[in-house]
Amino acid sequence: MQTELLGIIATFALTLVIAIPLGNYLAKVFAGKRVWTNIFSPLENLIYKIAGVNPNEQMDWKQHLKAMLTINTLWLIYGFFVLMYQDRLPLNPDGNAGMSPHLALNTIISFVVNCNLQHYSGESGVSYLTQQFIVMFLQFVSAATGIAIAISFFKAFKEKTTNKLGNFWQHFTLAITRVLLPLSIVIALVLAFNGVPASYEGKDQLTSLQGDSISVSRGPAAAMVAIKHLGTNGGGWFGANSAHPLENPSYFTNMVEAISQMIIPIAMVIAFGIFIGRRKLAWTIFGVMTIGFLLLLVPTLQSELGGNPKIAQLGITQVSGAMEGKEVRFGPTATAYWSTITTVVSTGSVNGMHDSTMPLTGLYQLLAMMINAFYGGCGVGLLNYFVYLIIAVFIAGLMVGRTPEFLGHKLEAREVKIAALVTLISPFLIMCGTALASYTFTQHGNAAWDTTPSAWLNNPNFHGFSEMLYEVTSSNANNGSGFEGLGDNNMFWNILTAIILLFGRFIPIIGPLAIAGLLAKKKYIPESAGTLKIDTKTFALMTFAIILVLNALSYFPALALGPIAEYFTMIK
Amino acid sequence: MEKSSTKLLNSAMVSIAIKQSFVKLNPLTMLKNPVMFTVEIGTLIMAGVSVYSINNSSEGSFAYNFSVFLVLLLTLLFANFAEAIAEARGKAQADSLRKTREETPALLLLADGTTKTISSNDLQKDDVFVCKAGDLIPTDGEIIEGIATIDESAITGESAPVIREAGGDKSSVTGGTKVLSDEIKVKVTAQPGESFLDKMIALVEGASRQKTPNEIALTILLASFTLIFIIVCVTLKPFATYAQTPITIASLIALFVCLIPTTIGGLLSAIGIAGMDRALRANVITKSGKAVETAGDIDVLLLDKTGTITIGNRKATAFYPNDGVDKSEFVKLSYLASLADQTPEGKSILELAHQEYPNLIVAQPENAVFIAFTAETRSSGIDTGDGLSIRKGSFDAMKFFAQQHGHELSSNLIVQVKKIAENGGTPLVVNKNHQPIGVIELQDIIKPGISERFERLRKMGVKTVMVTGDNPLTAKYIAEKAGVDDFIAEAKPEDKMNYIKAEQQAGKLVAMMGDGTNDAPALAQADVGVAMNSGTQAAKEAGNMVDLDNDPTKLIEIVEIGKQLLITRGTLTTFSIANDVAKYFAIVPALFIAAIPALQGLNIMGLKSPESAILSAVVFNAIIIPLLIPLALKGVAYKPIGASALLRRNLLIYGIGGVIAPFIGIKLIDLCIGLFF
Repeated sequence: MQTELLGIIATFALTLVIAIPLGNYLAKVFAGKRVWTNIFSPLENLIYKIAGVNPNEQMDWKQHLKAMLTINTLWLIYGFFVLMYQDRLPLNPDGNAGMSPHLALNTIISFVVNCNLQHYSGESGVSYLTQQFIVMFLQFVSAATGIAIAISFFKAFKEKTTNKLGNFWQHFTLAITRVLLPLSIVIALVLAFNGVPASYEGKDQLTSLQGDSISVSRGPAAAMVAIKHLGTNGGGWFGANSAHPLENPSYFTNMVEAISQMIIPIAMVIAFGIFIGRRKLAWTIFGVMTIGFLLLLVPTLQSELGGNPKIAQLGITQVSGAMEGKEVRFGPTATAYWSTITTVVSTGSVNGMHDSTMPLTGLYQLLAMMINAFYGGCGVGLLNYFVYLIIAVFIAGLMVGRTPEFLGHKLEAREVKIAALVTLISPFLIMCGTALASYTFTQHGNAAWDTTPSAWLNNPNFHGFSEMLYEVTSSNANNGSGFEGLGDNNMFWNILTAIILLFGRFIPIIGPLAIAGLLAKKKYIPESAGTLKIDTKTFALMTFAIILVLNALSYFPALALGPIAEYFTMIK
Repeated sequence: MEKSSTKLLNSAMVSIAIKQSFVKLNPLTMLKNPVMFTVEIGTLIMAGVSVYSINNSSEGSFAYNFSVFLVLLLTLLFANFAEAIAEARGKAQADSLRKTREETPALLLLADGTTKTISSNDLQKDDVFVCKAGDLIPTDGEIIEGIATIDESAITGESAPVIREAGGDKSSVTGGTKVLSDEIKVKVTAQPGESFLDKMIALVEGASRQKTPNEIALTILLASFTLIFIIVCVTLKPFATYAQTPITIASLIALFVCLIPTTIGGLLSAIGIAGMDRALRANVITKSGKAVETAGDIDVLLLDKTGTITIGNRKATAFYPNDGVDKSEFVKLSYLASLADQTPEGKSILELAHQEYPNLIVAQPENAVFIAFTAETRSSGIDTGDGLSIRKGSFDAMKFFAQQHGHELSSNLIVQVKKIAENGGTPLVVNKNHQPIGVIELQDIIKPGISERFERLRKMGVKTVMVTGDNPLTAKYIAEKAGVDDFIAEAKPEDKMNYIKAEQQAGKLVAMMGDGTNDAPALAQADVGVAMNSGTQAAKEAGNMVDLDNDPTKLIEIVEIGKQLLITRGTLTTFSIANDVAKYFAIVPALFIAAIPALQGLNIMGLKSPESAILSAVVFNAIIIPLLIPLALKGVAYKPIGASALLRRNLLIYGIGGVIAPFIGIKLIDLCIGLFF
């Protein structure tokens, strides 16, 4: 166990060792400073030329959002049709079928919004063409969208008063050429050399020692596994995601994948501080996020390593903790660690079954996704955190007797209105989604749909409730992991989660950028002794309290009926 | 008018407020406060459920439902009471002001020069009326002819009469004050019912009170919290159906009312009214609630030296005779020169002379001619009948006279003059028959305790700027001694204006106080402009507050009142939200415990039964409102300890306190209610 703990400590330490210089690098790249990757600029110029984009044209926040929404809509339309007709298109050696319209809709939205909720299984649901030109393509561009908007957000606070937030197309292009592509290539190579397949051939046949014939799915998986983590996407090549021996063959690849999903979210925080010249603020934000992360990680480890009380009641000692649903090559510690990071940073890839984790672990996974700002997704994590920050600044500002200010800009009714709306949208989607599902399950259990609602849940009762809650929470957080055990590939879940995915993605992007754009236009107020400093420990505590209380108040009843009820019933 | 009544409430106000609490239940009135409006809807539903439960037990017993209904109704009444009592207090304050506005006869001056007695209520703007000694001034106006001593104690509480005269900066008179001597002609400056006082009265009474920007933003935030809790409560029904737990309507509504921020929602408007009321108690009339709020954000404070930083005028502090001049002789001659001098400086020379030589008796010489100060000669003095000519004046003026008459200036005189100037004093040279014989040192006396006030302001983050007509050397000395951050020396009205504009350009909010017509543009430019009541009409129109006491240090108080207003809102919001944690632990187990006994683990307070738990929570939620009314009215104390320290302090008291208090409160209430349910 000692070694296992050392393993995750080393993983986290390495994450920081890579993420901090990466943050420095990101700040330089987007500030247009000299970096070695400037050798790619001819390539970028070619892209701008072909696309007919002037990278120096400055856009305001509305133009940014317009550009972002336009390109996302195009991807939606393109992907929807390709997924539906993949059976008639090339690169389909296993002869997989086309998707049903509602599955195609759910899948394409899910990938466009960086969620990667997969209601299909990679081996049989998609072809090599769609894996690469839809799934992988979107894993790059959806992550780049998040980074690009975050950079526009940075630019709002770089100058004292400005209307110019840079050029969306330039941010987007640089996010791919300077960040995602180079890092993915390195990681994909490391993975490929460690046993992750990288081949265009169809299923392999092998004969087991018993003489049974087994067909093993493969494909160019290494490249996708790299970007799925780097871009906090999470969608696996294979159905079992990173628990699959070909997607995550060893403890070493497990470490590589764990590290690669955390580095960009952490680096973005560091980059923010350097970019706007307020390093202390960035470290304060990083501190709050890290404490939040650790407060989720430590109890998760405790609950998993403690083993299952029901098994303990049978008189069986569980030396290595709760092993149900876990891979022996990773063990419960690394799996618990993974379950925390994948829920805090909205990756959603898994290396074990979340459905099998202890009830309290499920509670922490849910909480991590509800908060969705302890590092958070690629670029968007910081935007989510910003909304909490605005509310904290507003209340704290009043408490010190001054009209609240954020980085020298007065916070007024309009900004508070937007922040309140964004805060509202998550409880609305999560609670109403779960309520609708619960209602359908109890009141229309026998409806003659493609799957009758009463057949959705493998374990009705509290755990079944958690499964439904998890599914909508994961969709809202654009996380994509699932408490499997929920029959989710049917019209109801495909459409419900598709709607939640869309709102859960775009409102928390539009809102914060609008607030930042509005604030940036306002007159800059220099700091005085009466100004509330937001890079202090006290204010960090305030933000933390706001995050905790807001989420606890919104979700406590739902959590009480799911994981908490399950926990108390289990220990009885 | 009494300066401020220390009593928070009296029985008359309470009875008016109780009546108003019921009147305000009108849904149209409640609609202005979204949080409390939702409570009203909940109360109505509970009334229906209570009636239903008389014959049906599916929604719980009648006693239980009716209890919940009663507690909710109490919650509403308490919230209304908070607002009503704040209004009643404001009204009482306003009424005492209004007493001065009672109908009085006015002597209207007609075009043909004759006068006619009419009621003060019939005076229109631009009418001219005449007031003689002993008359009450019927309404606000500006003296256009004459000079008079006026007793303003009805407004300021200050018994010493003041002089008001046509022209200049002291031409304004206020309705309700009394002319003590002489006769004046006054032009009416406002339509009946539109004077500052009338506007203020309307504001405190709530009739024309508009929400301030911060209040609007906070209301939006609170409304969104309310929406979240609507979602939580509505979705709970299908959740409970899934968990096969029947939830009564009473429990759902109780949960909802407990969760939404009723504490701050109920007290919000009371806090706003109380803020303006506090300003009024400080004898400051604000033209809008927004001005009070802005005052809390002030970064730069422009203060006139005279009257604010120093005690009005310079005083003589020392006599420095020239070498070879006997000191007693010098003092005697100085005394003689100042004998008829009515300026405070002149009087202070006599005072000092008596202090140094208690037995000094200088008789007024016969046939003496007093020479008054003029701007040209810049000196004053006396010519006695026996050919003695004494003059005192500025160094430059005296030097000029001496040299004109061929006298050399002694070097030790020059040294002495320079020394005095360097120490921030003003040298007054005395010439005997055009020959300088010594220097009198005049010093500004800095008000005691003023530098501590500036220190307090600095800790608030407010920069103080002294405005003075003095030369830069003197100004610098006084600025340092008084502890102001910056000064404008040899200030002309446009200098103030430029300073304000420059600070505003840098994003700062500036407050200033002024009285003269030439201050008007700067008062209008400043974010908070406080005009003195004695000031000209133009100054009063330009500013957004009027100080009835004419006290220049009032600005400091105004800044604190503004800050207090925001702090009270912020801390009570925090308290209200922090309370929810405990309420969840009371209500959520109570909701599900019947169907899921394991959730007893969440009942960490060990409340007796689901009914008693829910009732205890709503009772706590209701009684916390009246308990906090005194705090809302008085305001949370502002401590200038720096923003971060202040946040830490308030977070500890109202955040942590807000989490802990309801755990204790609910448990205690449960111990009582548990006896019945």
